[in-house]
Amino acid sequence: MSGKPKFAMYWAASCGGCEIAVLNTNEKILDVDANFDVVFWPVAMDAKYKDVEAMEDGSILLTLFNGGIRTDENEHIAKLLRQKSKILVAFGSCANEGCVPGLANFSSIKDMVDTAYSTVSTDNPTGIRPVTAYDMPEGTIRLPALSPILKTLDQVVDVDYYMPGCPPESHQIAAVIDLVIQVLQGKAELPPKGSVIGAGNSTVCDECKRTRNVKTITSFKRIFGQELDPELCLLEQGIPCNGIATRSGCNARCPSAGAQCIGCYGPAEGVVDYGARLISAFASVIDAKEPDEIDHILDGIPDPAGQFYRFNLAGSLLRANKSAWEKEKA
Amino acid sequence: MTDKFEPTIIGFTCNWCSYRAADLAGTARIKYPPNVRLVRLMCSGRLDPTFVFKALSSGADGVIITGCHPGECHYLEQNYKALRRFQLMRRTLVGLGLEPGRVKLVWASAAEGARFASEINIFVEEIRALGPLHWGIPSDLLPVPNEPLEEVPA
Amino acid sequence: MTQYGGTNPKLALSESKGQERIGVYVCHCGTNIAGVVDVQDVAEWAAAQLEHRGVVIGRDYKFMCSSLGQELIEKDIKELELTRVVVAACSPHLHEATFRTACKNAGLNPYLCELVSIREQVSWVHTDKEMATAKAKAMVSGGVERVIRHVPLEPLRVPIHPDTMVVGGGIAGIQSALEIADAGYHVYLVEREPSIGGHMAQFDKTFPTLDCSACILTPKMVQVGTHPNITMLTWSEVEKVDGFVGNFTVTVRKKARKVIENLCTGCGICQEKCPKKVIDDVYEAGLGYRKAVYTPFPQAVPKYPVMDVENCTYFQKGTCKACEKFCPTNAIDFKQQDEILTLQVGNIVLATGYDLFDARRVTNYGYGRLPNVFTSLEFERLSNAAGPTNGNIVLRDGKTTPKAVGIVHCVGSRDRNFNNYCSVICCMQGLKFAHLVHERTGAIVYNFYIDMRTAYKAYDEFYQRVLDEGTLFVRGKVAEITDVPRRPDEDGHLIVQVEDTLAGKQRRIPVDMVILSTGLQPRYDAKETAKRFGLSCSSDGWFIEKHPKLDPISTMTEGIYIAGCVQGPKDIPSSVTQGAAAAARVLGKIQQKEIAIEPVRASVNQDQCSGCRICNTLCPYNAISFDEARAVSLVNAALCQGCGTCVAACPAGAISGTAFSNDQILSQIEGLLLLNVDEPVTA
Repeated sequence: MSGKPKFAMYWAASCGGCEIAVLNTNEKILDVDANFDVVFWPVAMDAKYKDVEAMEDGSILLTLFNGGIRTDENEHIAKLLRQKSKILVAFGSCANEGCVPGLANFSSIKDMVDTAYSTVSTDNPTGIRPVTAYDMPEGTIRLPALSPILKTLDQVVDVDYYMPGCPPESHQIAAVIDLVIQVLQGKAELPPKGSVIGAGNSTVCDECKRTRNVKTITSFKRIFGQELDPELCLLEQGIPCNGIATRSGCNARCPSAGAQCIGCYGPAEGVVDYGARLISAFASVIDAKEPDEIDHILDGIPDPAGQFYRFNLAGSLLRANKSAWEKEKA
Repeated sequence: MTDKFEPTIIGFTCNWCSYRAADLAGTARIKYPPNVRLVRLMCSGRLDPTFVFKALSSGADGVIITGCHPGECHYLEQNYKALRRFQLMRRTLVGLGLEPGRVKLVWASAAEGARFASEINIFVEEIRALGPLHWGIPSDLLPVPNEPLEEVPA
Repeated sequence: MTQYGGTNPKLALSESKGQERIGVYVCHCGTNIAGVVDVQDVAEWAAAQLEHRGVVIGRDYKFMCSSLGQELIEKDIKELELTRVVVAACSPHLHEATFRTACKNAGLNPYLCELVSIREQVSWVHTDKEMATAKAKAMVSGGVERVIRHVPLEPLRVPIHPDTMVVGGGIAGIQSALEIADAGYHVYLVEREPSIGGHMAQFDKTFPTLDCSACILTPKMVQVGTHPNITMLTWSEVEKVDGFVGNFTVTVRKKARKVIENLCTGCGICQEKCPKKVIDDVYEAGLGYRKAVYTPFPQAVPKYPVMDVENCTYFQKGTCKACEKFCPTNAIDFKQQDEILTLQVGNIVLATGYDLFDARRVTNYGYGRLPNVFTSLEFERLSNAAGPTNGNIVLRDGKTTPKAVGIVHCVGSRDRNFNNYCSVICCMQGLKFAHLVHERTGAIVYNFYIDMRTAYKAYDEFYQRVLDEGTLFVRGKVAEITDVPRRPDEDGHLIVQVEDTLAGKQRRIPVDMVILSTGLQPRYDAKETAKRFGLSCSSDGWFIEKHPKLDPISTMTEGIYIAGCVQGPKDIPSSVTQGAAAAARVLGKIQQKEIAIEPVRASVNQDQCSGCRICNTLCPYNAISFDEARAVSLVNAALCQGCGTCVAACPAGAISGTAFSNDQILSQIEGLLLLNVDEPVTA
């Protein structure tokens, strides 16, 4: 073991994209290796939970935690890494705000499992279902239990820093790695606890090159099959672009590529509920005064909850569909 | 106390109309049920959907939003913005499984103390009929390790 | 930071813990609050249960607003080093200023005080004592959480433009304009008719003294017309009002008179020569004629006539121009266009008056169908020496003097089918009519009344006088006025069918003439006017005053005052009083030179603003602009009125609003829902 500070990275309920984004920093990953002793990173190296459990509290300097908390295993490791780490970073949209795994909060566990195991497209002739314990001649095999809803990391443990994005942009990761190394060398200071790192304070529009005018929206439409002005703000063209409310930091990737922002960088600084910002902003500028006219325009957003909470449902004030957790309770 | 469910309701009022309607209901001693706790805003246009979500996720069983009648906004036309936000917010809440009747938008001018009281009366009864909301994640929903999702197939 | 942790409902509270020292004061308001709310329990509960939130003292007191109550707060601020104050008492609209002043006196920033309305919102509207007390606790808790998030503010100071606009040139407006002008300040008096004078100029006599209306009014009109500090804008209407107290910008349309005022001498030759006669529906109440170019009455101020383009032969047929031909000063200008004036004023007095109730609506009284049923205004013209009959009280045929006259009170007033309110002036008006009919014709006069209302100085004496003169009074609401006889003695008469509630029987009284003492109602366009000036109307349509008892002059919009019947029916003395009172208020404002306005304003955090421009269309006061160079939006604090719509709309959370910040409101909600205490309050 070297005397280098210790580094860990973990994935809970996530897709693995965050790991790839870290590797996409290319040579920068070598700086991590040069400056840190990687002690735990299930994707990259073999390690056992009991090894982590055996570490001294606070002995890991930096842990990047990606993924939401959906199983008792996720929660256990979150608490374990919290205990063992000086700095715990909620890394990527899942750990921050639930992200796509958090969309499962629209359904109960039963509905979710039904969808996965017994819809028409599923080839499951024996009707097999997942179980958390199965008795084998050799003993009982156990799998982690799903919790009723997915939680964000900070709904389970105290979090030091938040790094948003699905996944975080590699150039932002590289910048954060640089910063941490500079801090280690005494050349920089850490931002205040609770800060969002690796992102801007404003929203995507700040970095978007499209021309923006005053807005009056007469209809919302899906982006597919539209002939759009490549220079003009998408929202002004009736495309429900979430960029107005989504934290900057990605260089407005999607709008630059001709697609609307879907909100993976989460809310801007100080915002309590991401979806509420979009609801309020979109509704403020639609061009109607009569309830029927308003409804007619709003019909252009057929799934508002999905539109406004695609990444943020688990991190929103309401966190999950009401009937979903009601069913769980019954 | 009876066994009757007493809902807790958060009400948002406009400083210029509905808050004064509430004042007037008071001055005129018009009775209405004590289930509504009011928040004063300067205008219904100040109503951020965040406030409603906050109330619903913090124990309120319903939310009533009040403002000046269309065309009578103290700030000329901001209540139309409130109306539009309300409609989109309610659609979103329905998408999240909320009964649409738990959020309501009511217009009441400064002179309509009686109307204000009667709207509160109506809303309290509507929420009473819908029952408690208890939105939020109760502690009994924390994961219980190793409990089968379903019975092991035989 | 509650970046994402805002989702944990308890988190926001725990993070703002305990920096402040808060005093909670619960008012008994005599028994107004204490009769329903257990005030002592509320105060003790706050001190105990909210101690961990910073509450260091909870007191209840008989009258918090009394000087002793205020001193209590001031003493605590000093001795207990309070940094925040919560007063649970009446509506902030009543006493917020009182308690803010108390804080200020004790050296605490006045905006660190929060008022919780447990009188209007609890004790006066709830009966269940336990539930009311529980609600009061929750509201105090909300107030405590909110006040923690208050920040010290300073009122905004803006200069007051010394000019004033008075809208409406009736007696209330005239009085207001003269008072202000006499004090040395400039007034714009806007009147939409060709002359000032209003309804009073149409009256013959005024009750109860029977002064000749014109004799007392016209000198005042002349004074207005010649006053160096008054700019009269007759035949003009206000189109738009922008700005706020001290700094209104008013757009006035000066309709084309087709007469050049600088050249016109008011000689009247144009009127004389104009060949077109038009029924005068306004001034003569339809009983007389005027010309197509006219001044509504001889004493009109200003003296310049106006041209009625819709009836002028030249404008309708293309020939005539008699007026132009005969005008000795070439003052007629057929091409004259409307003029749009933009005026800067600091204060506005609205004295736009009333309309007469349309008596046709009471179909069973037959007005419009039965020729000898007259409205009160028609009778005023009939009895006026300068009116169409030279003051002869005659039937519609223009010659027959009535032998019996019925005067019907409460027409359109105190009637669920029409207006619920009492029109105030009709009883005295009816008595005045009775006197005039009696004096001039010797006819038998019947007054049909529901209740006789003769409050105020010398009014009841006048009633006694009319009684002594022999006028007959029948107490009962008239059911019908008909010309269909049932008995021979009813032939050729109008019959008043009435239940005489004193005699307890139905009566049919034949008369020759019926005068309907019609009530007053808001101007047909009162709602539009209210909207234009940013005021509100009651459900009846009268403009709403700031406080019905303590401030019947001001409105909810600072810098705009109301005087006369625009606020509600009233007689001439009351209109004059209110006009003068409004002037006093305006003068008070002008002499302050600058005014402190509530520092409720929005501002943009420019680092956070992404320039998305969502907010750019939202401000009705054009306070939001876009800085193209820096690609950020800006709020002009001088124009912002503090509604908070842009704050709620900003998708980036870059706009914040003072006094009603997100933090304050979200914390208040947490407090109201008692997330800050372990044991919820239940009733």
